[in-house]
Amino acid sequence: MTIAPAPDRVPPTSAGLRPLLGRLVRRPAGAFGVAVVAALLLVAVFAPHVVPYDGATQDIPNRLQGPSGSHLLGTDGLGRDLLSRILLGVRIELAVALPAVCTSLVLGLLLGLVAGYRGGWVDNAVVVFMDTIQAFPSVVLALVLVAVLGPSLTNLVIVVAITFAPQSARVTRASVLALRQSPFIEAERALGAGTLRIIGVHVLPNVIAPLFILLAMNIPSAITVEAGLSFLGMGVQPPTPSWGVILSEGFADVYEAPWAVLWTALALVLTTIGFTTLGETLRDVSDPRLSGAKGLRYDR
Amino acid sequence: MTNDHDRPDAIVSVRGLRTHYVDRQWWFQRLRGRQPAAVRAVDGVDLDIRRGEVVCLVGESGSGKTTLGRAILRLAPATHGQIFFEGRDITGLRGAEFRRLRPKMQMIFQDPHGSLSPRLRVSDLLTEPYRIHDVPADQRYSVAELLEMVELSATLAEKYPHELSGGQARRIGIARALSLHPDFLVADEPTAGLDVSAAAKILSLMRSLRASHGLTYLVITHNLRIVDYLADRLAVMYLGRVAEIGPAEQVLDAPAHPYTRALLDSVSEPDPHRRQGRRRLLLPGEIPSPKNPPSGCSFHPRCRFAEAVCREVPPLAEVDSRHLASCHLSSKIRAAGTPV
Repeated sequence: MTIAPAPDRVPPTSAGLRPLLGRLVRRPAGAFGVAVVAALLLVAVFAPHVVPYDGATQDIPNRLQGPSGSHLLGTDGLGRDLLSRILLGVRIELAVALPAVCTSLVLGLLLGLVAGYRGGWVDNAVVVFMDTIQAFPSVVLALVLVAVLGPSLTNLVIVVAITFAPQSARVTRASVLALRQSPFIEAERALGAGTLRIIGVHVLPNVIAPLFILLAMNIPSAITVEAGLSFLGMGVQPPTPSWGVILSEGFADVYEAPWAVLWTALALVLTTIGFTTLGETLRDVSDPRLSGAKGLRYDR
Repeated sequence: MTNDHDRPDAIVSVRGLRTHYVDRQWWFQRLRGRQPAAVRAVDGVDLDIRRGEVVCLVGESGSGKTTLGRAILRLAPATHGQIFFEGRDITGLRGAEFRRLRPKMQMIFQDPHGSLSPRLRVSDLLTEPYRIHDVPADQRYSVAELLEMVELSATLAEKYPHELSGGQARRIGIARALSLHPDFLVADEPTAGLDVSAAAKILSLMRSLRASHGLTYLVITHNLRIVDYLADRLAVMYLGRVAEIGPAEQVLDAPAHPYTRALLDSVSEPDPHRRQGRRRLLLPGEIPSPKNPPSGCSFHPRCRFAEAVCREVPPLAEVDSRHLASCHLSSKIRAAGTPV
């Protein structure tokens, strides 16, 4: 029986993300999704520097104009440039949606892991809690929460996070329930692995893939909730150019000049499709069994 | 009783082990004034496994053999009774204290692919036990050594479980179990899901590893050919209890329990000459529910020989030296002739 030092490991790949991205853009849907999302992120970062107008200056004589050379997408009811306002709005949307959805995912992931793995009364309690939250339509629930907390950007993030957490908790819990019974979890227990290690190393990587798609899918939903709340005056407050505010203001003059509503709706649709295709492709390529290639590498 | 009780050379001893799974709504049954039903997967087993021997555990599906194997490794709860490992009572050990003992007692799982964490490469799977137990580098086998031990090519180290064949996955499972230098291995259907030639290779590998590593096996199987090849002793389980136990050859040649006879008779005999003139004893019906086992001898509803005395629970009594059977009529059964 010879005893030798541990084998040389393949150097840890900080590039764990790079091959994933590479496989992503090799598919048409993935390339499209990446392009849209990248464009949105770039706009969010650089919009203030590239927009033709500041989006706040009013120009009443030129109000409700259609697309023209000086205003590519036209102007709103106060003569403000729509292109500038929509591009500046991207930053607001992502500032609400990204932290909100990420928080909801972490929250849901933790709840789902605990409920699914622990089972018993903990599971029952979590499920009842989640069912209660989901029993309300998300906008109604968000409205109630905003009414209690007061309308502000931070509260909007909290409200959206709470509203969206049950979804990811359910998805996680369902995967954990299936995994908990699988032989390799018992094999880990037989090897002497503790609960934390089993959850962290063997359960987590196998439940995280469906959350990718949820992340990407929920960002447009979060934007919609933001838009809905702002439209009702309970979210972002005018004159901040969030898409909800633009829509809300645009509806006042929708019969004379549908431009504001039209462009904002198109931006919403494009964002939704972009994030959704990204999420779906991400799910496909991140699972080594689906892609037949290398999966996420686990290093210690 | 000579079930090798209290032998100093026993590596594993089980005393009165029961694994009863109680209904989740047991408190409601109590409230209604009823006795809550329990599934008696293992219902009172005494067993000693001596260092270096191979004990095979056979029985139909539902006989509790897998639960017994899992309970010995504390993967299934022991609701009554005691489990000793190297003379130490491990029944009550909890958490970290028990985890320190884990390396000495390992398991080979029934599902070759399913028991490997799907997102780890072979090299990570094989070194996972070392990370769990923080084994210092100088006490580790290298991945290449572990692969060589189970006669696999070192090129498999970078593969994922789904890229392995059934036989390869099974060998990885064995290598992982061996990585921590165990003394005692429970092998649950070690040839399940493998074709005949792969199964034969796994069995011969298990036999040579036993010699080279000084292993003790508890092999759970329903395949009597495995018993023939590996077993020193054979224990036959029926409805959570040991129906018969003894040296493998003795039990196979002269079964003392009608259930063992029926099990042996259910194996098809490929040689037509030997098949002739053989009276086969086939089992009617199915194994009863362990939730509601028959009274008296639990085998009596399916037993051709059952008499009035079988209303009493038969003790596990000696029929020959080191050969025990739980049947009132065992001497009669043995006299009735050998099955094969």
